[in-house]
Amino acid sequence: MSDDLVDAMANMRETEAMELAQKMLDGGEDPLQVLESCRTALEIVGQRFEAGKYFLPELIMAGEMLKIISQSAKPFIKKECSTKADVRGKVVIGSVKGDIHDIGKNIVTFMLDINGFEVHDLGVDVPAEKFVDAIKEVQPEIVGMCALLTTAFESMKNTVEVIEDAGLRDQIKIMVGGGTVDETVKEYTGADAYGADAVAAVKLSKGWVESKPYQ
Amino acid sequence: MKERFLKVASCADENQEAQFNTWLSGQGIPFVSSEAAADYQARVTLMKDAIQLKKPPSRIPICPSAGFFPIQYAGINMYDAMYDYEALTGAWEKFCNDLTPDAYNAPTTVVPGRILEILDFKLGQWPGHGVAEDSEYQYVEKEYMKADEYPDLIDDPSGFFMNRFFPRIFGALEPLQNMPLLPPVNEIPCIPPALFPFGDTDLQAAFSSLAKAGEEAIRWRDAVRRLNGKIMGQGYPAFSGGFTKAPFDVIGDTLRGTREVLMDMYRHPDELIEACERITPFMIKSGVASCKATGHIMPFIPLHKGADGFMSEEQFQKFYWPTLRKVIIGLVDAGMVPQLFAEGAYNQRLDVICDVPKGKVLWWFDLTDMVQAKKTVGQVACIAGNVPLSLLCTATADEVKAYCKSLIDAAGKDGGFIFSTGAGMQGSKPENVKAMIEFSKDYGIYQKGDN
Repeated sequence: MSDDLVDAMANMRETEAMELAQKMLDGGEDPLQVLESCRTALEIVGQRFEAGKYFLPELIMAGEMLKIISQSAKPFIKKECSTKADVRGKVVIGSVKGDIHDIGKNIVTFMLDINGFEVHDLGVDVPAEKFVDAIKEVQPEIVGMCALLTTAFESMKNTVEVIEDAGLRDQIKIMVGGGTVDETVKEYTGADAYGADAVAAVKLSKGWVESKPYQ
Repeated sequence: MKERFLKVASCADENQEAQFNTWLSGQGIPFVSSEAAADYQARVTLMKDAIQLKKPPSRIPICPSAGFFPIQYAGINMYDAMYDYEALTGAWEKFCNDLTPDAYNAPTTVVPGRILEILDFKLGQWPGHGVAEDSEYQYVEKEYMKADEYPDLIDDPSGFFMNRFFPRIFGALEPLQNMPLLPPVNEIPCIPPALFPFGDTDLQAAFSSLAKAGEEAIRWRDAVRRLNGKIMGQGYPAFSGGFTKAPFDVIGDTLRGTREVLMDMYRHPDELIEACERITPFMIKSGVASCKATGHIMPFIPLHKGADGFMSEEQFQKFYWPTLRKVIIGLVDAGMVPQLFAEGAYNQRLDVICDVPKGKVLWWFDLTDMVQAKKTVGQVACIAGNVPLSLLCTATADEVKAYCKSLIDAAGKDGGFIFSTGAGMQGSKPENVKAMIEFSKDYGIYQKGDN
């Protein structure tokens, strides 16, 4: 049945996936195993996204299905065991000061989360100092900054500078994205990388925590 | 009804010519001199020739999207621009006088802050109300329409907007939820119950807010009209003169929200398509009416959720394109030239969006590959674009000029091209904007033998 669940989820058959998951849980299957199937399905969805077969609707749908199944699985999970897989790495993320847009950021946050990252989302209109405080507190490997507005490029640049002035720049990698942000903007702000979409953000983050040459 | 707006009407050519003549005549514009009137007509003609694809214009029209750039350029902030109409119009005058683009964008997107205050607008935050005084207004995305409300929207779009949507996005208009449905008021006994809500003080207060907001809107409109007279009076036409949207974006941008509308493609596909169909005639009528009100020919149509990445080509063809195409046809039938501003990238859409009547629309690109756009869409429509904001905001003037050169080389050949930016220019370095306009005006002259 777990193969069927993976197949239904990966192929966007939501109703079928929900029914299968519920049946598995009610039938006494290990809830962690059910969630593991969901993760497998999400991996397939991610691969299809990268291959240009899937787009935002499928990422969002897959996320939504996982959310619902996780809710259903909760009562079946014994308190002592953790649902969290090993944390792959930590990411601090936010829309920079002056920008209150968050749709893209929320999708990136979600994708990082389901890919095993512990994400600390600082929200929107985040001042540089708040990034600095979060870096000190969370000790992330990665900081993600996003902006939709062209007027927020300055704010991104300034945030990178403030992090640098605080002496924290060397311990983190910074990725930027959103709206008209591109390689040119990345260069301008002094970030380490630009990501065009949520899957790119996951890929960048995985690459960094796996190599960790900067630590 | 679904068969409407599939084919261009036989009167489209005639209507377009008539609308071009209206725009070209400059009737009612207080020209400062006969030279200014001639300059105005020459600039409109540059755009007309580029759009119709019958012959190349004498040079490429240079029409960057001002966005909110004139505000920073004049040294005022967004709050001033939204609350002080003299400051707003002064900023636009300075921008146009100093930088002289061939066509300008009237500051109609710099909406008056006071009307948002009076109506207690919830759909966005603006300077002094949620964002800083030097920040532009920004949308607050929410699910303002629930998924189970599709049938209500489909039954009666106007009623849905009045009874549900407006009460949610305008605090002061909450009592509109008690407005009666109109079609049932058709007989003597139906009149008294339909009148009860109007006797209620809450609804009366809502109307009073609307009256106040309306008066304020007219003060703003008059200031913008005086400004338009001044700029056009010196020989510079506006780049667009009306506004409408793709039906899918109406549902996705402000009713359902991005996440929700994208999921609706899986969860409520038929209702979503039906809702887009129901919205279509409204988008055509408002596009035509807003253009006619300004004597212009191009309604501005910003396109949001059809971009690459937001959906597959199959989904684009199923959910986004059919009703957008109907809006295009409806506008073209009425003689208008839809100004389709494709935000983001449209590289995966180029083949599909070629399906438009030749010489009757403008496709304006942002991050799309202009070489490919020229080869495909450029065969049936004038293309415009696409100096990136990342360059204008962060690069040097020489880098900007180098981009302009390669852009004109790639997209400008043989006419059918209007030079523009990929997005509104807020945040740009003034020296870059200046270099872009000066360089391109000069480099965009079609030499003899070039044509």
